[in-house]
Amino acid sequence: MGEEIKVIVFKLGEEEYGIEVDKVQTIERMIPITRVPKTFSFVKGVINLRGVVIPVIDLRGRFGLPEADFTDQSRIIIVAANEMEVGFIVDSANDVIDLNSDTIDSPPDVVGGVKAKYLQGVARISDERLLVMLNLSEVLNRNEIIQLESLEG
Amino acid sequence: MDMNQYLSMFIDESNDHLQSLNENMLELENNPEDIGIVQVIFRSAHTLKGMAATMGFEDLSSLTHQMENVLDLVRNEKLKMQDFIFDTLFKSLDALQSMVQDITQGGEGKADVSSIVASLQAIVKGEGVPSGNSSSAPATKSSAESGNIQLDEYQYSVLEQSIAEGHKVMHINVSIREDCQLKAARAYLVFDLLERYGEIVKSHPTVQDIEQEKFDRSFSLYYITQKDAAELQSMILNLSEIETAEVMLLDQDTLSQLVSGVKETAAATPTAEVASEEEAANKTAGKAVPDADKSKPASRTAGGSAPSRTIRVDIDRLDVLMNLLSELLIDRARLEQLANEVKRSDLTETVEHMSRVGSDLQNIVLKLRMVQVDTVFSRFPRMVRDLSKSLDKKIDLVITGAETEMDRTVIDEIGDPLVHLLRNAVDHGVESTAQRIALGKPETGTVQLRAFHSGNHVFIEIEDDGSGIDRHKVLGKALKNGIVTESEASQMTDEQVFMLLFAPGFSTAEVITDVSGRGVGLDVVRSKIESLSGVVSVESKLGQGTKFSVQLPLTLSIISAMLIKVGLEKYAIPLSSIVETGLIKRDQIRNVHGYTMIPYRDTHIPVMSLSQLFDIPDFAEAAEEETEMVVVRKGERLAALTVEDFIGQSEIVIKNLGKYLPSIQGVAGATILGDGQVALIIDPNAFIK
Repeated sequence: MGEEIKVIVFKLGEEEYGIEVDKVQTIERMIPITRVPKTFSFVKGVINLRGVVIPVIDLRGRFGLPEADFTDQSRIIIVAANEMEVGFIVDSANDVIDLNSDTIDSPPDVVGGVKAKYLQGVARISDERLLVMLNLSEVLNRNEIIQLESLEG
Repeated sequence: MDMNQYLSMFIDESNDHLQSLNENMLELENNPEDIGIVQVIFRSAHTLKGMAATMGFEDLSSLTHQMENVLDLVRNEKLKMQDFIFDTLFKSLDALQSMVQDITQGGEGKADVSSIVASLQAIVKGEGVPSGNSSSAPATKSSAESGNIQLDEYQYSVLEQSIAEGHKVMHINVSIREDCQLKAARAYLVFDLLERYGEIVKSHPTVQDIEQEKFDRSFSLYYITQKDAAELQSMILNLSEIETAEVMLLDQDTLSQLVSGVKETAAATPTAEVASEEEAANKTAGKAVPDADKSKPASRTAGGSAPSRTIRVDIDRLDVLMNLLSELLIDRARLEQLANEVKRSDLTETVEHMSRVGSDLQNIVLKLRMVQVDTVFSRFPRMVRDLSKSLDKKIDLVITGAETEMDRTVIDEIGDPLVHLLRNAVDHGVESTAQRIALGKPETGTVQLRAFHSGNHVFIEIEDDGSGIDRHKVLGKALKNGIVTESEASQMTDEQVFMLLFAPGFSTAEVITDVSGRGVGLDVVRSKIESLSGVVSVESKLGQGTKFSVQLPLTLSIISAMLIKVGLEKYAIPLSSIVETGLIKRDQIRNVHGYTMIPYRDTHIPVMSLSQLFDIPDFAEAAEEETEMVVVRKGERLAALTVEDFIGQSEIVIKNLGKYLPSIQGVAGATILGDGQVALIIDPNAFIK
């Protein structure tokens, strides 16, 4: 038997993604972001979250998806993993569901344009509804960013 | 008894004692005849021994015990301090230090000290210990459960000498009434009273135990005074809830009787150490030798026992306090802004008052985190001594400004770079004794270590009177290592040449010693100091000496900064690196060798556009006829940054950008402005090459 986990559900385009609830600190509406120069295009800048400066990245950009304008539905999900705090800008976030870890299958190579290494698995919630679970430590992997940096630089 | 709660106290105090041992040993090395210092050292060693024994660290206490033996001989002028004795004692100190370190890290403080112990014993024996009358020796190392107070050799000799010098030595036994509620408090009153008129040498139970009410109803003590026994007795009885007070005047005979009573029990315990017997024998034999004047150690005792007005605070709590204050400062800035918008005079007044209180609070919290550089400097004399010994040089280390205060975080980090610079001065700077004599310099080299405040910075300078840096040697080496080219080399100023020393992989020592000269060094020093937002520079005159100066910020967490605006974005520039602000006409900007330069004072300085450096949108700089500029400084070099507007000066709290972002050239961190927005802090150093 797998264990029951709670998952925050958010959307990028039509696809639904999930992050375990204990990795998420808070979900914020869009707040002013201070641009940080000379960094990757998907790093939108830094925000002041109750006195703490937190970098914010556009998850679409991070996954190489086309970036979209922010809307009323846009949210910043603050996650904490690998001893880092980072904000993810997502198209919307409005659901928390319970999931049995047994229902998570290993991911196909690419889901909606997102590479498999960023994914932990795919959970089937209902017949039409699939939830893509993110592999946070890979999404936040700095080594990859540093490699990117040396390529770009 | 649960020792854990005492462990941290033990570690703190042991470190203090080790530190003072080290310092006093160095002092003694300079004045080997000063018995007063030996007394102080002896006391420290003795206290350390007692503490270690109480805590059950046997190796620690046995080693200190052996040191005591040697020191005791010296104290009684049975033994002259000599170099090899100093060396052995220093070695013992090192061993003690590593044991305490081990305990600090959760170990048991065990170490193999047999070789040091053996050499200490050899020193004791080597001086031809007179033997024979050990039977009368008051060996008091026993742990026997005797009702009498056990005196150790030192205390015994203190009492003995006091009697010899005409002081009155008494044995006082005080019992407190059975119905007394606060026995410890009553006992304290007795101690307080007695200490006003003389000195308590020893009490049973110990003062600590009495303070914690770990005694039944009575306690006894040895006491030195000028008062009459009867007078004392009535004074003690005058205190409330004291039942009896027996005051017995002691003379030489009664004292030795009292103590020999203990001695018999001690003899019954087979653990009595031979060494201690020998040592004690020595003392009895040597008691006729006049000791250094008694008043000196006594007055030091009084100084030491005065209640200290400081408390130890966990550094983490100070950090929390600092963080809370940062939050408060951010809110303050926000409030100031709101009050400006609302424009109600009573609100403005309140906010202004709060601002002032906030500033005071900020000053105090910053001061709390300030530590004297002495905490770092204090280990240097010992280090320089050892170094100069191993290099066979004669070197005086002169420390000034050890009381200069700096932020704790800076202090913690600055030790290693300074060690490196000092080693450098001792090894490469000061010449060998033979060379110095040949050059007609004083035989003993001098290394000056200075610390002082200037503005928002602390300067630490290390200056030697050695050979100085040879420009040609440095350049030769740099050319060989491919750090500079021939044509560059000929154009470099002396200062630029000396800075090559800080280039990675550079070492000019012709002989590789184990002290320094491994080629990794000064570049590490520079990067460490720069990571603390500091600057290191070097001046040198060939044949006369070299001076390294390190400039460090007073604090790392709150700084004064100039807020500026470019387009829609706001940035903060640390005031410490701003020389001035001004206006320039765009047609003054010239292109020189691909750099944009402007005339400034009598020279030309490079000018850079912040909006270009940071790709700032929404700002058409070229359309302006005049532009605001900030002249910034890195060391001696200047550069101008053009901006759109100045907002004003403000105290800002430095925050980091989070671990996720890689470090960005030109950005030192971020801060939160009064409107809740984040502004980046510019690091102008990054723009000046």
